[in-house]
Amino acid sequence: MSDRKQPPPGLVGPVAWLRTNLFGSWPSTAVTLALLYIVARMLFDFAEWAFVHAVWTVPYGPTGIAQTAVCQDAKGTGACWAVIADKYRLILFGRFPYAEQWRPALVIALFVALFALSTIKAVWRRGIESRLVQNIALLAAAAIVLDNAAGLLDTIAAVGFGWHLPLPFDLLFLGNTVGKYALICGLLLLWPAVGVWIGTLGAIGILMFGGQFGLSPVPVDYWGGLPITLILATFGLAFAFPLAILVALGRRSTSMPAVKTLSVVYVELIRGVPLISVLFMASVMFPLFMPPGINVDKLLRAQIAVILFAAAYLAEVVRGGLQALPKGQSEAADAMGLSYWQKTGFIILPQALRLVIPPLVNTFIGFFKDTSLVLIIGLFDLLTMGKVALSDPPWQSFSTEVYIALAVVYILFCYGMSRYSRGLERELNSARGR
Amino acid sequence: MPATLADPRTSGARKAPKRRMRLSWSDPTFRSIVWQIVIVGLVVGIVWYLVDNTNRNLAARRIATGFGFLGRVAGIPIGESPISYSSASDTYGRALWIGVLNTLKVAGIGIVLATLLGTLVGIGRLSSNWLMARLTGFYVEVIRDIPLLLQLLFWYTMLQGLPVPKQSWRIGDAVFLSNRGIKVPYLIWENAHNWASVALLCGAIGTFVWSRRARAQQEATGLRPAVWPVALGLMGALPLAVWAALGAPMAFELPVLRGFNFQGGGTVSPEYFALLLGLVLYTAGYIAEIVRSGIQAIAIGQWEAAGALGLRRGAILRHIVLPQALRVVIPPMTSQYLNLTKNSSLAVAIGYQDVVSIANTTLNQTGQAVEGIAVIMAVFLTISLSISLFMNWYNARIALVGR
Repeated sequence: MSDRKQPPPGLVGPVAWLRTNLFGSWPSTAVTLALLYIVARMLFDFAEWAFVHAVWTVPYGPTGIAQTAVCQDAKGTGACWAVIADKYRLILFGRFPYAEQWRPALVIALFVALFALSTIKAVWRRGIESRLVQNIALLAAAAIVLDNAAGLLDTIAAVGFGWHLPLPFDLLFLGNTVGKYALICGLLLLWPAVGVWIGTLGAIGILMFGGQFGLSPVPVDYWGGLPITLILATFGLAFAFPLAILVALGRRSTSMPAVKTLSVVYVELIRGVPLISVLFMASVMFPLFMPPGINVDKLLRAQIAVILFAAAYLAEVVRGGLQALPKGQSEAADAMGLSYWQKTGFIILPQALRLVIPPLVNTFIGFFKDTSLVLIIGLFDLLTMGKVALSDPPWQSFSTEVYIALAVVYILFCYGMSRYSRGLERELNSARGR
Repeated sequence: MPATLADPRTSGARKAPKRRMRLSWSDPTFRSIVWQIVIVGLVVGIVWYLVDNTNRNLAARRIATGFGFLGRVAGIPIGESPISYSSASDTYGRALWIGVLNTLKVAGIGIVLATLLGTLVGIGRLSSNWLMARLTGFYVEVIRDIPLLLQLLFWYTMLQGLPVPKQSWRIGDAVFLSNRGIKVPYLIWENAHNWASVALLCGAIGTFVWSRRARAQQEATGLRPAVWPVALGLMGALPLAVWAALGAPMAFELPVLRGFNFQGGGTVSPEYFALLLGLVLYTAGYIAEIVRSGIQAIAIGQWEAAGALGLRRGAILRHIVLPQALRVVIPPMTSQYLNLTKNSSLAVAIGYQDVVSIANTTLNQTGQAVEGIAVIMAVFLTISLSISLFMNWYNARIALVGR
């Protein structure tokens, strides 16, 4: 056994660390000192403003109006966090009925739980392999489609010809209701991730709309705040994803030039224009597209715009994954005699999509932030609610505090997601042996 | 030797025998044609349905289609405009054109500044100084996690919270910062300046020609004639000499406080400044990451090998590292430039009159929703396509030429 030598003194320990990392050379020392001064100064000023001289509560007048004289006096020297204390429910939950605001709060918690659950690998594995469960799920899906199709046909017949279809609607509705639960249970067993997503998004819909399980119905006009931001981003991406896969496959197609052209035109057109113009289109042009008499709710219109916009960006992300796969995979699948959809579904997509999870999360972060643009078309998302809170006369001049609070909410979500995506990237790179 | 036995590697690739398409579902060509007809038919059908609905709705609302409104008098008040405009007599067409120019003004300057700041921050992230690396990393992380629109609103309110012109912050008697924006001295442009600019342009062309010659000579003889004295002479001394020969005029118009506001001088409006600040700070966060990954993509062996050949540090950076790093950096940089340009459309939220803002006012006034949005989309598609065409050309120029 050779006796282990200690490293020479002066190469380890905190002093050595300081010498190499902060005071390595004269220029480095100068930079360190200058930065230390600036940072200390800024932190000190900020702490003084945000904590030492800050006003946390204000008295309320007899009519319930906030008396903000204390805050006005402290303006410039101290923050007025009382505006947050007064308005946080308005900012987070919008104009949702006050007594029912536990529902949007629960929705936010569900979203966070959904994101957290999605980061667990085990959730994304295949569940059990059972023919019986597969058949039940298919049957349930058929029942849901049947009821909806019958309803649609009946509406068309009623509007167009003025008569109703002779169908057993009660039975169909029952099949639909039972089918929904059966489908979610089946998916949870077969493919846990898909089941969790559909189940949670469905529960979120029920919580927001109400009208079931004894929840009072709440019209979409009263929704607002963080749930809107989360709904626009999450539903947007969830619905855009299947479309994006089809468009990406279409763009890579060699045997269908017409489909390829359509995909290219769609992607490049959407990516060439700002989201604002697509949102404007949804808010002012969409009503013109619809036949007279049909009104589509503003939130749904914005949601459709976000879906169409996100699909183009996601399609490029997915295409990146498809291109990164070695050609041999596809050739081997062809040699095995698999059909196009077998090859794509079982060989290509599972590998390609695994590659693109990190850029996918980054795209999601981007869209989470971009949903704030609905402010411009007058939807009440988190940012808009911040502005609404600021329009209250007593609080009008405390926008800095509100904007900082909003920024903190956005940072919490985005930072969490970007940490996750970076962790994945590192894992992927180490798996590839780089 | 009969031709059928020829080695396929020498006789060219073997061609699959031409097969006639069978009108059967088991024939892949037939199947793909049917599918394409179905899909294209569906898309055309949906578009036709939407267009038909739109036409009917427009007819019902008595809105005339077409771009005739562009010739009508706009009556939109426009605060800042690079070309002359009066809301009483000028047309919608001119107002929209001003919007386009305003968009280009903020996007062009924004791209240059964001590239500069982003490069500095990206290099800072790789600094051997721990504090520097951490601080720039913190900046990149935080700025990218806050929606741009929120940042714009924040900067705009900050600028509006500045003192009124009478108590403005000032640098000497020349630069004033108040809630009316930044007031700067304005160089009174004269003929001499025109000629000096022409001289500068000629000097730039001359320098370019000289550097081409220098490169040719280097390739022929191995010796590279110095370029910088020629560049300095042609692009520095020549314009200066022209300017001096024409009397060296140098008069500034200073902003002067009259009553409640400033007169004279150049103005950077709070809207423009807030938009530019927000766009530059936000995009620089992304560019910094691109620059960092570009530099990190160059293996350390490249530096060491070039050093072993006796090149100086500057020469290594200029001739070895940067050309390779640029290859990695250009494609993502292009998409950041495009993002900045598209994000400049958020101007509408803080009242800077870019093309989206003016088109939005136009469509509210005239009800020409379809045309207004078509104008916005056409403008941005044109800008996007131009930027990506230019960047693709540049990318192809610096790309590795495969053998």
